[in-house]
Amino acid sequence: MKIQMRKHLVSAAFAGVILSGLGGCATTESNPNDPFESFNRAMLAVNDGIDVVVKPVAQGYDAAAPLPVKAGIGNFFGNLWDVLTAVNNLLQGKGGQGFSDIGRVLINSTIGIGGVFDVASEMGLEKHTEDFGQTMGVWGIDEGPFFMWPLIGPRTTRDTFGWAVDSYMDPVWHVDNIALRNSMVGVRYIDLRATLLQTDKVVEQAAIDRYIYIRDAYLQNRRSEIRDGADNVDCKMSRCY
Amino acid sequence: MKSFFSLVVGLFLLSTSAWAQEVSPDALIKKVTEDVLTIVRQDKDIQNGNTKKAIDLVEAKVLPHFDFQHMTALAMGKDWNKATPEQKKRLSEEFKTLLVRTYSNALTGYRDQMVRYKPSKMQYGDTEVLVRTEILKPGNKPIALDYALEKEADGWKIFDVIVAGVSLVTNYRDTFNQEVRANGIDGLVKMLVTKNNQMDPGKK
Repeated sequence: MKIQMRKHLVSAAFAGVILSGLGGCATTESNPNDPFESFNRAMLAVNDGIDVVVKPVAQGYDAAAPLPVKAGIGNFFGNLWDVLTAVNNLLQGKGGQGFSDIGRVLINSTIGIGGVFDVASEMGLEKHTEDFGQTMGVWGIDEGPFFMWPLIGPRTTRDTFGWAVDSYMDPVWHVDNIALRNSMVGVRYIDLRATLLQTDKVVEQAAIDRYIYIRDAYLQNRRSEIRDGADNVDCKMSRCY
Repeated sequence: MKSFFSLVVGLFLLSTSAWAQEVSPDALIKKVTEDVLTIVRQDKDIQNGNTKKAIDLVEAKVLPHFDFQHMTALAMGKDWNKATPEQKKRLSEEFKTLLVRTYSNALTGYRDQMVRYKPSKMQYGDTEVLVRTEILKPGNKPIALDYALEKEADGWKIFDVIVAGVSLVTNYRDTFNQEVRANGIDGLVKMLVTKNNQMDPGKK
C-alpha cells in the first residue's frame, strides 16, 4: 500500500510539473512573481466547479452537526496533525514547542479519548500548527512561484513539495483499511471546508479580483507563519509593506 | 456641599478629557474591542448575519478610530502620490466603504471566541505602534489579530488591521497597482465604486 501511495504521489508531482510547464507557455505576465497566473486562474475556476458539489455538503454538515460533534471531529484530526506539528517543530529547532506538542498528543490521545477532546489546551499546552513547507522556509529554502492546484488549493512551489511530504507522513493516509481511510480523508476534507465557510463570505465581500486577493492573502499568511507571527524585522511599521 | 459637588464634577471632566488625550494604543484597542464584542454577544441579528446592523455598530464604535486616508495611501503605495487631492478624497471614501463592510461581515462570524491582549513593545516617543491581540477558540490555534496605529493630533488612529499575518489593507496593493497601470487613478476610483455598488447590503 505504501509503495502504491508513493507511486501515486510521484505521478501527481509529474503531472504537476507538466501542467505548470503548459501554464507557463500561455501566461500573460501581469505580476513577475506569478509566472503561472493564467494556469492558476484556470485552476481556481476548476476548484470553483468542484466546490459547487463540496460546498453544499460542507454547509449541510455545518448546519446539521451539533457544535460538540464538530468540535470533536476537528479535535480528532487536529490531534493526528499535532504529530506532524511536533516533528516539524523539532526539525525547525524549536525543542520547547516540539516537546509541548508531543505532550499534547500523549494527553489528548489518552485522557482526551483518542483526541476527541482537547484536554491539553485546557491544561495550558497551546496548540501550534506546523508543516514541512514551513520547516523548509525556516531552513531558508525559497518559496518559488505560486500555484493554484485542483482540490488542495493555493501552494507555493516549496509548499507543494512540503504538502507531498506531509501527505506521505500523514497518519490518516497510513490507515490500512481502505474504506475507513477514504472516509477519514473525506470527513476531514468536509470539516476543513466547513471551517472556511465564514472566510468565503469575507473574501466575497472584500475581494475585487478574487484570484489576486486569495493569492496575496495566502502568501502573506505563509510568510507570517514561517516567522511564527513575529514582526518582520527587516522593516519598521509603515515601511514594512 | 455644593462646591464639593462641583469640584468632583470638575475633576471627573478633567480626568476624562485627559484620558481621551493620553489613552495608550493598547487601552484604546482593548476598549473598542470590548465595547463592540459586548454588543455582538447580545445581538442575535448580528450573529445571524445581519450585515447592515453590524455596519451601524462599526460606524458608531470603530470608525472614529480609523485613519482611512492613511489606509488608502498604504494600499496604493507609490500610486497615492499620483492622485489629486480631489481623487484622494474619493478614493478614501470608497475604500472606507469597502473596508467597513468587510470588517462588519467578519463580525457576523463571531461566536464565543475570547480575545487575548498581548503587551505591545512600545517605547516612549514612538509615533507608530503595533498592538497585538489573539482570538482564542478551544481546540484551534490562536488567530493573531494585530492593529497598526499612528499617533495623530487627536489621538491614536488605526491604519492597518492584520489578520493571521494578512494585512486587510496591503492585500489590495497588487489589484490597485494593476488598475492604475491600466486605467489610471480614475479607473481605480471607478473600480471601487463598481465593487461597492455590487455589494451594497441595501440592495440584497
